[in-house]
Amino acid sequence: MDYGYTIFILLLPLLSFLILGLLGMKMSHKAAGLIGTCSLGLVTALSYYCAFQYFGADRVDGVYQTIVPFNFTWLPLGRLHFDMGIMLDPISVMMLIVISTVSFMVHIYSFGYMHGEKGFQRYYAFLSLFTMSMLGLVLATNIFQMYMFWELVGVSSYLLIGFYYPLHDAVAASKKAFIVTRFADGFFLVGILIFGYYTGSFSFSFAGQGADVIMGQGTTPFIAGDMAKAVAAGGFILPTALTLMFIGGAGKSAMFPLHIWLPDAMEGPTPVSALIHAATMVVAGVYQVARMFPLWIQYAPEAMSIIVWVGVITAFYAAAVACAQTDIKRVLAFSTISQIAFMMVALGVCTEGVTGHEHPGSVGYLAGMFHLFTHAMFKACLFLGAGCIIHAVHSNEMALMGGLRKYMPVTHATFLISCLAIAGIPFFSGFSSKDEIISACMNYSPVVGWIMTGIAAMTAFYMFRLYYGIFWGTENKEAHAHHTPHEAPLTMTIPLIVLSVITVGVGVYTTLAGFLGWGGSFGSFVTADGHDYTIHFDATVAAVSTVVAICSICLATYIYKGEQQPVADRLYATFPRLWRAAYKRFYQDEIWQFVTHKVIFRCISRPIAWFDRRVIDGTFNFAAWGTSEAGESIRVWQSGDVRLYAVWFLTGAVALTLILLAL
Amino acid sequence: MVPVQCYFVLSALLFFIGVYGFVTRRNLIAMLISIELVLNAVDINFAAFNRLLFPGLNEGFFMTLFSIGVSAAESAVAIAIILNVYRKFKSDTVDAISNLKH
Repeated sequence: MDYGYTIFILLLPLLSFLILGLLGMKMSHKAAGLIGTCSLGLVTALSYYCAFQYFGADRVDGVYQTIVPFNFTWLPLGRLHFDMGIMLDPISVMMLIVISTVSFMVHIYSFGYMHGEKGFQRYYAFLSLFTMSMLGLVLATNIFQMYMFWELVGVSSYLLIGFYYPLHDAVAASKKAFIVTRFADGFFLVGILIFGYYTGSFSFSFAGQGADVIMGQGTTPFIAGDMAKAVAAGGFILPTALTLMFIGGAGKSAMFPLHIWLPDAMEGPTPVSALIHAATMVVAGVYQVARMFPLWIQYAPEAMSIIVWVGVITAFYAAAVACAQTDIKRVLAFSTISQIAFMMVALGVCTEGVTGHEHPGSVGYLAGMFHLFTHAMFKACLFLGAGCIIHAVHSNEMALMGGLRKYMPVTHATFLISCLAIAGIPFFSGFSSKDEIISACMNYSPVVGWIMTGIAAMTAFYMFRLYYGIFWGTENKEAHAHHTPHEAPLTMTIPLIVLSVITVGVGVYTTLAGFLGWGGSFGSFVTADGHDYTIHFDATVAAVSTVVAICSICLATYIYKGEQQPVADRLYATFPRLWRAAYKRFYQDEIWQFVTHKVIFRCISRPIAWFDRRVIDGTFNFAAWGTSEAGESIRVWQSGDVRLYAVWFLTGAVALTLILLAL
Repeated sequence: MVPVQCYFVLSALLFFIGVYGFVTRRNLIAMLISIELVLNAVDINFAAFNRLLFPGLNEGFFMTLFSIGVSAAESAVAIAIILNVYRKFKSDTVDAISNLKH
């Protein structure tokens, strides 16, 4: 089977980046947007074709083959070598679909959203760069290639957050995002190097070179012999390397306490938040854990509890903060953090991934990937909807909204669908994936399961608080009289409709499939061990989570729907400090500020700077000073009088001669 | 036949005249001529010692020829430098060139 065309999935966005980046200033906005969108359209078509071809192919021994259409050694370093290539396996093909769909929708949407904006061409160039990097990340054949593209997505995220570079906040946010993720990536790099040093390979799946290298079993896409070397070197090597890599992933995926950059990243244009900070880049950490999953499960199963607890804490923290935010993009940002934490937890609780695929313990991996897929769609839809609202109201603050449903019917409908999906109502896509996550958690430990159910309830609550705050509630008549909100143009509503149709379509099918035991649901494509798995909902879990979600929605309706909100006001009055703390994100930014400025800068950096300035610089300055002083002192001899030199020379020669004669 | 000591005396005289000239003259051309005198003193020494110590061998004479060639090249270079100095400083005295001091 020929997958040679997959190279164009990477080359087309790169090409459009180069064209737009180099020649963009000479083009009209429309031409630049069309070039970017058309190349992305082609990429999307190729990705879908690739997915159909890949999942349409026959399974061998019950698993989909891993296919490597391209792989070449980019930098040979003796025993180790850095490769570049393309690897197709179920999760990378699934990610292709997610990235190309959301990116294409965002490209179309940006036509309307960024209309007439200064730097329109630059914006499309960066979008292409980002898409190329993200696709390269998921298609990587080895951990080092993944790391390189990982940094590239970091750079494009930095560039796009700081798109409005004259604004101070945007610049500060882009720097914060870059520095925090780079800090985490340092750990990732150390993890990669430890891994490469002990196993002698960076590769995900194969030892040899060449095209179409096909793995045998698909259970462990790593070479067992290499792993044996690492295990022989010490039982802690692989868990340490994997945990370091996870820290890198936690930085990218905004896990507590490295989440601080993501809410600030909302300073970028809203479509960028939808693409990068909701659907694709922030799930890179989840993807990385999923990619290394066979190693986790086999060599570091104990360390997986780190993933679980980091995820649980993050999910709870972010959900709690989201309940108190007033900026709609911040609410969505914290909701994203919380949902990504759900995926992390799902991966962490998957304790029996490789063996016994009918065992419920293996569901976590599938559930995490499934949630990644559904979340990308409905969260992108939510962000794009928020973009339409911001476009109409010219503000991010909920106080200026309220009662928008009659002005913006399409945005309202799609936003509601996505809210229902994220809340976990049956027949919407979020239900199926979240239900799988919660049953996997229940299976791991009832404590985690119930905590996650509680967080799911909080999710439903804060999403509907947001929904009512925007579309119902008290209308800010003063602001709306001044500037009547209007529905967004067609280029902006079409992506919303497409994404919500996907959300409903996937939701209806997977819900029915889950209850009736049909095949062809998500489990037929992506599972931990690669075997076909038919999702069956656990009736208790499904019932409990549905009831809990509906109760939370009712609670939110009760509190926030009306014109007057006596209950909400009373709650603010009763717990002002709690509300204040949640609004201030439980002072995480202040804690980091304190740790970096007061502790690290003052206690570590300053003594080091002192040592550098006084001791190291001092040594060299002393040497330079000594030389200079010696020069000064013998400088008077250099009179510049040639005849005097000749006399000295002659005197010296005579003296030497006399000495030689005397000897 | 002239005794060999006479050559040494001549050579020593030429050498010290050269050195004296080099030290006392301010004119660059005069200094160059003095250096030529010193070199010629050396040439005479080569030839005389060759005759005195190794009669029948010719290395000293060749060395003399070589030295003459070198001194010719050296004076060509020196005159070129002097010309440039003159153009720049409008003077051919050694005291004019003192800007390397600072």
